[in-house]
Amino acid sequence: MKLAVLNQKNIPILATIAVFFLIYTVGSVMYTGFFSLRVFTNLFIDNAFVGVIAIGMTFVIISGGIDLSVGSVIAFVGVLTAKLIHVYHIHPVLVLLIAFVFGAVFGFGMGCLIHFFDLPPFLVTLVGMFLARGLAFLISLNAIPIKHPFLNRLVDFGIPLGFRAWLPTTGIIFIVVVLIGIYLSHFTRFGRNAYAIGGSEQSAILMGLPVGRTKILIYGLNGTLAALAGIVYSLYTLSGYPLACVGLELDVIAAVVIGGTLLTGGAGYVEGTLIGVLILGLIQTFITFQGTLSSWWTKIAIGVLLFIFILLQRYLSESSITAKSAP
Amino acid sequence: MRAPLIKNDNLQKLIWPLMALGIILLFNMLFTPGFFHMEIKDGHLFGSLVDIVNRGAPVMLLSIGMTLVFATGGIDLSVGAVMAISGALAATIIRPDYVKGVLAYGELRSLFIVVSIPLILSVAAGLWNGILVAFVGIQPIIATLILMVAGRGIAQLITQGQIVVFVHGPFQTIGSGFFLGLPFPISIVIFVAAATYLITRKTAMGLFIEAVGANPVASRYMGVKERMIKVAVYMFSGLCAGIAGLITCADIRAADANNAGLFLELDAIAAVIIGGTMWGGRFTLAGSIIGTLIIQGLTTTILTIGIAPEITLVFKAVVIIGVALIQSEVVRKTLIHRLAGWKVRRA
Repeated sequence: MKLAVLNQKNIPILATIAVFFLIYTVGSVMYTGFFSLRVFTNLFIDNAFVGVIAIGMTFVIISGGIDLSVGSVIAFVGVLTAKLIHVYHIHPVLVLLIAFVFGAVFGFGMGCLIHFFDLPPFLVTLVGMFLARGLAFLISLNAIPIKHPFLNRLVDFGIPLGFRAWLPTTGIIFIVVVLIGIYLSHFTRFGRNAYAIGGSEQSAILMGLPVGRTKILIYGLNGTLAALAGIVYSLYTLSGYPLACVGLELDVIAAVVIGGTLLTGGAGYVEGTLIGVLILGLIQTFITFQGTLSSWWTKIAIGVLLFIFILLQRYLSESSITAKSAP
Repeated sequence: MRAPLIKNDNLQKLIWPLMALGIILLFNMLFTPGFFHMEIKDGHLFGSLVDIVNRGAPVMLLSIGMTLVFATGGIDLSVGAVMAISGALAATIIRPDYVKGVLAYGELRSLFIVVSIPLILSVAAGLWNGILVAFVGIQPIIATLILMVAGRGIAQLITQGQIVVFVHGPFQTIGSGFFLGLPFPISIVIFVAAATYLITRKTAMGLFIEAVGANPVASRYMGVKERMIKVAVYMFSGLCAGIAGLITCADIRAADANNAGLFLELDAIAAVIIGGTMWGGRFTLAGSIIGTLIIQGLTTTILTIGIAPEITLVFKAVVIIGVALIQSEVVRKTLIHRLAGWKVRRA
């Protein structure tokens, strides 16, 4: 009986893995060069910023919340970094530190509003989205280049993997964040509290879990990761642009859902999110390789995938409810 | 001590939004010369205030639909994408071969076809959302998120990623014409708002919607067709989005699938929340209209002061969180508590 429940919980993530391999196999069969280490590592490089923030979003969604502000925070951090380095000539290390502090404070503030004033997360983070985007415009209305010998060295650094493939700094950051996320979700009290709150906030309170502290920490963590994603994004594009990452939050939520995390909270895996991000990347790679399909097919494909996975989740949660209520 | 300060419940709900709007108007009265100036030229009404309402027309339409969706305890994120689809369709109907590089118009399509087909498809988009929410049982945020992501892709598919420009006299009237001296978009908003008010407040429909939002299970037991009401509300929201899409498209004489209605869902949601409608239960259409006016008034004010329009976002954020905080249960209770204590001390 226990095994059956466990299996059922794993179905979304198994489906995610199946979809990943399906797209990968079809691509590899159809196009030469698709099945190469280089294309595979590119998935990690091109989607590093999405991946970093998707890990943070996984915790938010597992706890039953949502964060719409991440795209704007990434843009803000990018513009802030660029302005401080390019115009004020402050050393990048200090700038990165400032960016982190901003992200953490921003997320922390939203968490406090959500917890202490009992406002819906959707509303608070929507305001955060407006605020961060507006602040980005306040710093600069145009794109600012990022040039600094230290950052160039950081961008040029990488681990060669053979077969003409290598893993640069951004890819390394992505993988490290995934590992930290896995550790936090499986092996810490913080992770278990997040699952408990998402399962039932009322029960978590009655159990005496630190619900408020955990919720605020989750949004703080997500804000910090958004800042990190912003840094990764500026290393990737080497510029700060206030209109960057418009609508990214939806791609991120899509990646988390496709990765098997229940939107109602309480269930999901950081590992699944990793694969969700890679699937989004694969769809883009597929469309690039195909050549004649236009970029809007990416959106339609993501929409369709999202729909299928939500239906699957819906079906699974319904059958688990009937299983529970059955005598 | 919990007795409301103002007897009329509806008025009490509207007092904060009205005050915010009042502050914006007061600010403009003091610092923007000619803000309240209105004149009639060639039988048409002109002035800053008219302009604010006119620019805000699409968001007002969205917020009317969104209010009813909110009242049933839902949310519709797809309205911006539906706007894009509706505009893209109208433009492509006018110039079917434009996307293939043919610049000729072919036969002139009648206004009826240009308007009705996009509206039917917008309602169909709403039907899709409604079915997902009411019959499949997906949370509204997610159900409409699907169309929000895919819808813009569909709009781009229709226009093949191009900006379809067109000339079509009767259709352009919808965006930039006049009706009875008022800009046409304002007339449409007045008509839709009045019709919605009549249907929801002069029939039992409004009560049904509020019942479904307040307690779906109880209303089902009472015999309210809960699912049908939800579907109807999403279809209505789709229709409003479709009309808004046509207005925007007709106004700029082009369909831009990338940018039409982008982020307007957020403006509409903000307007509804500022107006005092919260999830599930009681709703106020007047509040949402005032909410839109606050947002649009803020944008215009910032433009006239000479600050870059993009920075409006910061002000929007401050206003929304301010109003939401004032309306939040926690702050309200503290305020009532303080007020009560103060009255007791004075007695």
